[in-house]
Amino acid sequence: MRRSEQKAREKARGTVVPRATVDTAITVSHLDVGVTGGGLILDDVSFRLRPGRILALVGESGSGKTTAALACMNHLRAGLELRGGTVELQEGASRFHRNAVDLLTLSERKMRRLRGGTIAYVPQDPALSLNGSLRVGEQIAEVLRAHEFGRNARERDLRVAEVLSEVGLPSDRAYQRRFPHQLSGGQQQRIGIAMAFACRPAVIILDEPTTGLDVATQDLVLKTIYQLTTKHDVAGLYITHDLAVVARIADDVAVMLHGAIVEDGPAEEVLRNPEHPYTRALLDAVPDMRGARDMGGGPAVSPEPGIRAPWDDGRSTASFASQEHTAPVAPSVVADDAAPHVDGAGAARSWGTSAEPGTPEPGTGGDQPPSTGAQGSTAAAAGTDAGGHGVEERPAPAVDGRAGTTAGDGPATGAATPGGNADGVVGSRGGNHPVVSVRGLRMAYGPAVILDGIDLDLAAGQTTMLLGESGSGKTTLSRIVAGLNAGYTGEVLLDGQVLAPSTRRRTTEQRRRIQYVFQSPFSSLNPRRTIGDSLQVPLQMTGGMNREQRRAAVADALDAVRLGRSYIDRRPGELSGGERQRAAVARALVNAPSVLVCDEITSALDVSVQASVIELLRELQHERGLAMLFVTHNIALARHISHKLAVLEKGKLVEYGPTDAVLRNPRHGYTRSLLRHVPTLEEAG
Amino acid sequence: MILKRLAVSVLVLLAVSLLVFVFTLLLPGDPAQAILGQQATPERLEALREQLQLNDPWYVRYFSWLGGLFTGDLGTSAATGGSVNALLASKVSASMVLMVIAAVIAIPVGLLLGTWSAMRRGRASDQVLTGFSLVLAALPEFVIGVVLTTLLSTTVFQLLPSVTMAAPGMQVWDYPLQLILPSLTLVLVVVPYMIRMTRTTMIDVLDSGYVEMARLKGLPERQVIFKHALPHAIGPVAQVVAMQLAWLAGGIVVVEFLFRYPGLGQAMVDAVNNRDVQVVQALSMIIAAFYVVVNLIADVIGILANPKLRTESRS
Repeated sequence: MRRSEQKAREKARGTVVPRATVDTAITVSHLDVGVTGGGLILDDVSFRLRPGRILALVGESGSGKTTAALACMNHLRAGLELRGGTVELQEGASRFHRNAVDLLTLSERKMRRLRGGTIAYVPQDPALSLNGSLRVGEQIAEVLRAHEFGRNARERDLRVAEVLSEVGLPSDRAYQRRFPHQLSGGQQQRIGIAMAFACRPAVIILDEPTTGLDVATQDLVLKTIYQLTTKHDVAGLYITHDLAVVARIADDVAVMLHGAIVEDGPAEEVLRNPEHPYTRALLDAVPDMRGARDMGGGPAVSPEPGIRAPWDDGRSTASFASQEHTAPVAPSVVADDAAPHVDGAGAARSWGTSAEPGTPEPGTGGDQPPSTGAQGSTAAAAGTDAGGHGVEERPAPAVDGRAGTTAGDGPATGAATPGGNADGVVGSRGGNHPVVSVRGLRMAYGPAVILDGIDLDLAAGQTTMLLGESGSGKTTLSRIVAGLNAGYTGEVLLDGQVLAPSTRRRTTEQRRRIQYVFQSPFSSLNPRRTIGDSLQVPLQMTGGMNREQRRAAVADALDAVRLGRSYIDRRPGELSGGERQRAAVARALVNAPSVLVCDEITSALDVSVQASVIELLRELQHERGLAMLFVTHNIALARHISHKLAVLEKGKLVEYGPTDAVLRNPRHGYTRSLLRHVPTLEEAG
Repeated sequence: MILKRLAVSVLVLLAVSLLVFVFTLLLPGDPAQAILGQQATPERLEALREQLQLNDPWYVRYFSWLGGLFTGDLGTSAATGGSVNALLASKVSASMVLMVIAAVIAIPVGLLLGTWSAMRRGRASDQVLTGFSLVLAALPEFVIGVVLTTLLSTTVFQLLPSVTMAAPGMQVWDYPLQLILPSLTLVLVVVPYMIRMTRTTMIDVLDSGYVEMARLKGLPERQVIFKHALPHAIGPVAQVVAMQLAWLAGGIVVVEFLFRYPGLGQAMVDAVNNRDVQVVQALSMIIAAFYVVVNLIADVIGILANPKLRTESRS
């Protein structure tokens, strides 16, 4: 009923857009964009956006993806200039233009009518792009007002509530009156998506909208995007550097390298048979769960140096460390268990196909979250954990709050999690003699319990992956091991000796043996010091070396991280993200430690850079027999780096054991949900 | 949050009062001697000291003075023998007039020019304005005052009076023309800072993700500036304005001296010359209170303009 009403309304306003009949929404041809007075950022870029389909624009940071996307809105960032090409909005895509029109020739005023209304944008980082001083409901409502959506304020209010529930958020007044800082990261991103879909645009541009979200939230956001674009016949442009995400969401792919498109085509084809070497390199860099199969169930660590994409050689390399992994693994079992959506097309497409087939009209979704369709389908695919998943799908703010993890999670943790970690710990015993042991660790700030009853062993030559969402306490735990966080109860032992809680009270030798690599290579190196200066600080602390010896040791460390000693006199500003993180690793290694604590060291890096850093860590571990604690929220890395897997949820170890065993047979619902949400390449099928 | 800031302000003022009192105690000279002159007999001096409670321990005197402050009694002037309140009332109001005029002109001009300059960043008009404000900011207030005097009241044009006429029993604002030069000087001193800081803040805000997002949402440019950008600039800009206003309270001393303006600054200079401890103390407290209040207002504005701080203060 509502549907017919809407039709009538639209007819009355003359805004019926026959989108389904249009083959193309936007055609970008031969676009050249350059730095003012400088070189080209985009070089002859052409692509087409089609209604109901998502084109993924793939490339590393700096490849010009965002510039190309913003050019579709005739928006160039400061310092850039248009050098040529057209961006044609095809006839029928907008209500302002009967015929096709080149957006790049439109006046600012005419362009403004299209921005946000006909062509909408979802930003990369909602924390920066939502206005912190405006209520979220107002931020959606103002788009509607600016584009004169609906006849009156009441209709616009209704639309705000409707679009909120379309993206799976609560639509009540109280929620609309919240400020962005009162929402979790995932909720903020869905506000950004709601803002973009509010005016029912013909084209939507998504600029890495899931970067910085944890897998479960990313999964939810991707699902929302997929449903809304297919359901409303919106042409989507999705920018990303992660091919696993492409496999999950895109119909077509265009791969960008240095401002030019080097390969494009249907997603399935490009991911299956990549032609350009760069595409292949990107594909190799994706840490998919199926890496396990490629490695024949062997250990993750590959001893062969000098290969940038480590997952190629897994098959051929002999296992070097842990005997725990020798148990043969039936590959298919692993794949099925680890990634239930492995049977390809089914999973990705199911979001769309199962979404209330009889009611394609957006209006009907109003009182029911759009994710219901997905719920059923995913449950069918997963088979195992339908109940738990269903709960997560509902747009209850509390659930999402947990996914995005706000500080408020703390107090509830103690009561919320049943103590289910006992058998996990037992299963982990055996193997090498531990270098570092954590016993009965508990940490609380007042009533907020951050860590509770943690037992963990780090053995020489082994990596323990510490997995958990932001706020689960994994960083706190790693800082405690490194002596950066005092105030805990329990013990941290190094070779059987109890360590003082604070580094200040540890001996120089103890400090030397445990080194820490920080998450962001952009802030952990002092920009005013040369790499050499930064790297020799730990050596000065330990003492016993003169200037030349220190410099030699630094040069060796730089060689060891494959940067080369030529970097010794450079400053961090001259280095790329991956190079900086290598330098940070070198700083940790310069003292020849026996334990390396890596705190999310790849999460600020592009996928392909991440691959090379991980490869480096594996080699170093092999060369030096390091014990490593690798903290991450990316479970897809598990098989590639870790021998043991520890899953932390709300301060408790809910799963702990050999990586293989945990992935094959996850005991805890949280681990299973993590596994289920990992985007993998297999979905492209 | 706001209550906390208020409490901190009160503490700061108390600390300032203690400092002011202790430091004026350390000043050379004896108030009794200052009142009675060099010829006074030791008996008379002793009697006056008794009367002024100068023989009490310092903390007793501090608390009685502090008590006086709270009840609005600033004490007795050693130079005139009259009450400090009566002595300062006209001077404070004269200075307030000058400061209010300067503030009312400087704040809107500074904010508008700063915002305008930020929006036209890199263009000629922005560069001219930036260069001009940099030059002005580099000039000390007495140079500006002297240049204005030369320009407007002596050598070039003779439009305005160069000194203030204030016969006893007359208010400065009885001759509005004589207010122009001193207030103009103050405005020219504070405006450049306001322009520069507003410009910097606005440029940061205009470069932010939410302003780009607002543009990509297709909002009219006016709405982008006033609804999305300005609220974020209010907090930082309020701090700058507060610092400039607080500077006015101190910087006015030089400007008043230059134009022979009978305000706070002149009273301060006279009081120091006369070893009039009570007046120095009172003036120091007035200026300190002005600093604290202005900064408090800026902080409150900052809190109110930022929903994150505002909602925290509520919970």
